[in-house]
Amino acid sequence: MTSVLTRPTRERSSLTGILVKIVLLGIVDALAVFALFTLFMQQSWLVFGIALAVTLALNFIYLKPGLLPAKYLAPGIVFLAIFQIFVVLYSGYIAFTNYGDGHNSTKEDAVTAIIARSQERVPDSPAYGLTVLDQLGQVSFLVTDPDGEVFLGGQDRPLDEVTNAGTDGTGKADSLPGYTTLTFQDLISRQSEIASISVPLTDDPNDGALRTPDGSTAYLYTSTFVYDEQADTFTDTESGEVYTDGGNGSFVSADGTEIQPGWKIDVGFANFARAFGEEDIRGPLLGVVAWTFAFAILSVALTFALGLFLALVFNDWRMKGRRFYRVAIILPYAFPGFLSGLVWLGLFNQDFGFINQVLLFGADIPWLTHEWLAKASVLIVNLWLGFPYMFLICTGALQSIPDELTEAAKVDGARPWSVFRLIKFPLLLVSVAPLLIASFAYNFNNFNIIYMLTGGGPRNPEAGVDAGATDLLITLVYKVAFGSGTGRDYGLASAFAILIFIIVAVVSVIGFRQTKALEELN
Amino acid sequence: MKVKSRSILAVGAAAAVALLALAGCAPAGETPEQGTGTLTVWVDADRAAVLKDVAAQFKEDKGITVKLVTKDFGDIRDDFITQVPTGKGPDIIVGAHDWLGKLVQNGVVAPLELGDKAGDFQDVAITAMSFEGQTYGLPYSVENIALLRNVDLAPEAPATFDEAVAAGQALVAAGTATYPFLVGLDPNAADPYHLYPLQASFGAPVFGLDENGTYDASKLELGTPGGDAFAQFLATQGAAGVFNTNITGDIAKEEFNAGKSPFFLTGPWNVPAAAEAGINYAIDPIPTTGPDPATPFVGVQGFFISAKSENTLAANEFLVNYLGTEAVQTALYEVGGRAPALLSAFDAAKSNPDVAAFGEVGANGVPMPNVPAMDAVWADWGTTEVAIINNTGDPVTLWQAMVASIQSKIDAS
Repeated sequence: MTSVLTRPTRERSSLTGILVKIVLLGIVDALAVFALFTLFMQQSWLVFGIALAVTLALNFIYLKPGLLPAKYLAPGIVFLAIFQIFVVLYSGYIAFTNYGDGHNSTKEDAVTAIIARSQERVPDSPAYGLTVLDQLGQVSFLVTDPDGEVFLGGQDRPLDEVTNAGTDGTGKADSLPGYTTLTFQDLISRQSEIASISVPLTDDPNDGALRTPDGSTAYLYTSTFVYDEQADTFTDTESGEVYTDGGNGSFVSADGTEIQPGWKIDVGFANFARAFGEEDIRGPLLGVVAWTFAFAILSVALTFALGLFLALVFNDWRMKGRRFYRVAIILPYAFPGFLSGLVWLGLFNQDFGFINQVLLFGADIPWLTHEWLAKASVLIVNLWLGFPYMFLICTGALQSIPDELTEAAKVDGARPWSVFRLIKFPLLLVSVAPLLIASFAYNFNNFNIIYMLTGGGPRNPEAGVDAGATDLLITLVYKVAFGSGTGRDYGLASAFAILIFIIVAVVSVIGFRQTKALEELN
Repeated sequence: MKVKSRSILAVGAAAAVALLALAGCAPAGETPEQGTGTLTVWVDADRAAVLKDVAAQFKEDKGITVKLVTKDFGDIRDDFITQVPTGKGPDIIVGAHDWLGKLVQNGVVAPLELGDKAGDFQDVAITAMSFEGQTYGLPYSVENIALLRNVDLAPEAPATFDEAVAAGQALVAAGTATYPFLVGLDPNAADPYHLYPLQASFGAPVFGLDENGTYDASKLELGTPGGDAFAQFLATQGAAGVFNTNITGDIAKEEFNAGKSPFFLTGPWNVPAAAEAGINYAIDPIPTTGPDPATPFVGVQGFFISAKSENTLAANEFLVNYLGTEAVQTALYEVGGRAPALLSAFDAAKSNPDVAAFGEVGANGVPMPNVPAMDAVWADWGTTEVAIINNTGDPVTLWQAMVASIQSKIDAS
């Protein structure tokens, strides 16, 4: 194609291009303005600033001619920032907090929640008929007691008897001269305000206060905990015990009793100290780390060995029906791992499983409940799941090795084993080694297979810790985070996640260094 | 050119997602909003069908829109706990009563005043929905296990577990059955839920009760002498092959439906399959193993209001006066098959003999503990039951080691 021919084409399409660009950028900017407006109203300045900067940067990149690399990279970087970097930084931040069960939100929320749950209805107290009134924006409760007497009161204004109230057919007071009766719709539009009102029964606060859950009935409540905003303490009204902010994200009494819920605080390196310090965690941690390495290394070695062997066999042109076998071999890879896990679970059942019953003629082998057999079973299943992948990449790598090399070696008198060992294998390793490292990292965190097959078990019931024989680091972290033991502890789990990240990163770096050396060798 | 326009498309999508995500991150509610006139409710798919009609009625009567968000039931608890603090959570969720302790511990659920309506519900349902003396949820269903009996094999309901096993073993000896008694167990975790009635019969509940009649996590009662007796019982039955940890729930169901066992300890969820398989079944009280009645755990499902809901009056109205009515409770029963919690709806549902039979067993039941400390119990409890059933050690030693381990976990948290 000559330049004479290309030029008009370019100009025509760049007109469409500009149109498309303007429309798309317009949509983006419209959304951005909407988002910025919302953020401005919510006064979240940091997010507002970031959103504004991102919008300006995008407009700059796509409106300025040139900057071709940035035009290609910008979308990816935005996604990377949101879905990877933000997530990683956020888990990093969580590792330094006590976020978990009982420490779920802010102190403000915790105080509100404690106040709400400490409102106890006075035993055997009656339900009061209630009409909510409004006078110049101030809400009052018009209360009819079971004897038919009518009272008026409001927030911090104790009940006072009134005599001139209008009543409905049932004897419940429903209006008062000088006040507007609120309809259900009015109540709904002011519901947070009305739900928060508590009307003292008498001048003595110990008699309790009336509150309403529905706007038409009021109940008498007393508070078991009273919050003192100045001192930042809760006082138990019955025992007089004072609970203060103990610095651990909860209110505690002098004898160490905590009020639930607490709140989320920063705890520095406490979670890391726990991961290494507490015997409950350190004890199983070493064993689990050892098994995690063993599992990941053996998984890679076994799947690679089998995959490579099959690739060599099916790469030989003398093999008949290669295409059929190759498809059959890919099948385990094509099934969802969860499904395979469940199927294998059934196959391994000690009394009813296919393996014991049929393959081993009714043997009684505890495949998944004996410590070492369970480890072997997990590896066998992982081998079954993993070898097709290794087979695929080895086939690809083998086919990219030129036949001339093999032929030249043969001419020189090399035997097949030597050809493989000295020529094919080193060449293969150059392209496959990075994938082996990736496979190691994947198996290091292979949560699914453990979770589906053994759930980390079998566990020694007398060990007193929740780590089982087949627990990997990642399943241990899951147990800590999602509470099969002592409740969820996101802080500790994030600290573990960071440790796992460091281990995998170190192993990968070492691995890639070795690969580089391999490349130079060739 | 083609490549270029594609990249522009991509950036458009990327930026839109990015900005929406950023906007979503922003903390809401800094400027307190008044009730919006919209209630957001998280429900599972089965319940959503019924609530759709109720929501339409509510909109018509009160002018308040009820937005139903269908979620996987298993995700609701944890999503609720994480989303309520952000202010973006729902007003109401459907849930199970044993979530309650955790919801209260995290300060995400608001107390619910049922007033005089509390008396209209089954007592066990209200107790289940209570935590430390406060009621939190509106119950809609109760569910418990019972003994499913193959009438063709065992014409008489056994009063004690020994009678059941003796009858079952006689059938096995005669060759008409393969298993004397079936209960589904997991090879690594047994099934403390299904075995609990047999344990309770020895007089060893999990937690004691406080003065309000709700569970008190500071009173762990697993380690009482009844617990040791239960441990020995498990070892005996395990050695005799009555309990087998390799018979999972699925296998037990399959074998019972094949007519290979006279007894199956299970819940209403396995009854339709048995009926379909042509089993002539009866639903009996759970046979006793010790001096006390064999009381199963009762699971209660209901609706909870968020602690940060801006629509408390509307939410309260929707729960108490709409979802708490006989018509709705009956509709929820018809779609889910679980017995209604409202007494009037329950009485109506008793025209189904299966519901009546399970209900009778459940009337003696206790709610499954809803205290957060229960989390510390399940894992050790199951692992130890496996070890005892498989006779890997002295049952009493194993049982007491479990109690010590659970106690130390409760003390630590």
